[in-house]
Amino acid sequence: MKNMNDSVLHRSWVADHIRSLPRSGIRDFFELVQAMDDVISLGVGEPDFATPWAIREATIYALDRGRTSYTSNLGNLNCRKEICKYVESDFGVAYDPASECIVTVGVSEALDLILRAILNPGDEVIYHEPCYVSYMPLIRMAHAVPVPVTTFEEDAFALDPQRLADAITPKTRAILLNFPNNPTGANLSDDQKREISRIAVERDLLVITDEIYAELSYGDRSPCIASYPGMRERTVFLHGFSKAFAMTGFRIGYACGPHELIEAMMKIHQYSMLCASILAQEAAVEALRNGRKEMMAMRDQYFQRRNVIVKGLNRLGLRCTLPEGAFYAFPNISATGMTDHEFARGLLTEERVAVVPGSAFTRDGTGFVRCAYATDIHTLEIALERMGSFLARHT
Amino acid sequence: MSELNPPKAILKLLQRNARLSAEEISTRLDVPVQDIENLMRRWETDKTILGYHAVVRDEALHDQKVRAMIEVSVEPERDSGFDRTARSISKFPEVTDLMLVSGNYDLLLFIMGDTLQEVADFVASKLSPMKGVRSTRTHFMLKKYKESGFQLEDNEEYERLSVTP
Repeated sequence: MKNMNDSVLHRSWVADHIRSLPRSGIRDFFELVQAMDDVISLGVGEPDFATPWAIREATIYALDRGRTSYTSNLGNLNCRKEICKYVESDFGVAYDPASECIVTVGVSEALDLILRAILNPGDEVIYHEPCYVSYMPLIRMAHAVPVPVTTFEEDAFALDPQRLADAITPKTRAILLNFPNNPTGANLSDDQKREISRIAVERDLLVITDEIYAELSYGDRSPCIASYPGMRERTVFLHGFSKAFAMTGFRIGYACGPHELIEAMMKIHQYSMLCASILAQEAAVEALRNGRKEMMAMRDQYFQRRNVIVKGLNRLGLRCTLPEGAFYAFPNISATGMTDHEFARGLLTEERVAVVPGSAFTRDGTGFVRCAYATDIHTLEIALERMGSFLARHT
Repeated sequence: MSELNPPKAILKLLQRNARLSAEEISTRLDVPVQDIENLMRRWETDKTILGYHAVVRDEALHDQKVRAMIEVSVEPERDSGFDRTARSISKFPEVTDLMLVSGNYDLLLFIMGDTLQEVADFVASKLSPMKGVRSTRTHFMLKKYKESGFQLEDNEEYERLSVTP
């Protein structure tokens, strides 16, 4: 008799391109941390602040009025108008709210939409590593080929335009940028953006810019890449409310770009997501209208924390470049002689401090760990003390 | 970079936590320690900094004290307006805060006493008969919810996942 169990065991319902995706390195580490008590976590990629009260209150008010319906696929027009007004005032690029802006479920969805909207099987997308964990998988899920370009500590993890140019092939379709960067906190200078723009125009490439940490820039912020000559028509600007306004759980983001691309994104969005939550859209409107002061106050806090942690890490002998944005420090731990996983695991089990191994963000991250400083200064100081004890034992 | 210039950022930090050392402020704001020490000395001299104090829960120190907010209507005077009367009122040690306000009355003052009777006596025998004081209206404080920017009953719990990308 045929063994039914065997046939079940040998059969997989999972598509090849999904099965071949690696499991996120963060996930294993997360499970380890979850099993322990009294851990100071510098592993959290989200603000420690609750959403500013005025934004929460506006959401409650919207709920109270029964604002619980679908919205236009693109998002409520008043929300798109506020978004475009903000993008113009703060990023210097004007978009038409009616046709060049779409509200999405976080930047994550926006990125998925634009990749699926532009990529044919076999197309290549260049992105820089270390980077956020979803870029490579999202490109592969769109049946395209991810082409990572490494950024280096000696360049303060900025993308070297020449390395970018060297990675371009006839199959390259787009360049994906994320500055300020997760996990390095790196930013791009005006000159670097100008050069990258020139390359994109010359090689006729689309630029997708993930600006989720833009407001959390601590020096002078260089202009938005979409504002350079010839770039507006070839840039898709992705942004959201999660980081600057501490609204991660609202899952609300947006994309601005040329009408043709927004329309293509909308096609996917309308069939897969329909629309972003109306409550989150109402919250977003309040954030843009009245949230600036609180956002600046949070940024001031991150600025101080950055100074504390970077100085502290360097004092401990963990070389750390000064991050110009976001809320991550990315120290070099190679002086300890440990790999990133050994370091992170040791620090967690011996001192109960969680940091994320650098290899979660890049193929060659063994010499680095990510320390998120979205944690109050007092806790950061305790974490630094514990790291000091750990290092004293191991170096 | 902070939106504030360094001196303002330093003052703001001290206003929130006067126990911060010059070294700690220096690290946080990336300003030399010496500059911070110089500024603080100057501020103490020119009374930009009036004092350093802890924000203490009332009940910890004055569990039986009585607080009141008093609206005072004042007859303005030629030349000095409300100032002379306000200055006189401010000299009473019972008065902790005093301000000129717009609206239906002129001065708003906060007062603290040991007993209800003591506060009532202050109003009846000290404040009301003062030259220039037209009328008063006293509100006794029943419960405080926020003090100097700190919520006193903050039961907001906010839990994040311990590791996220």
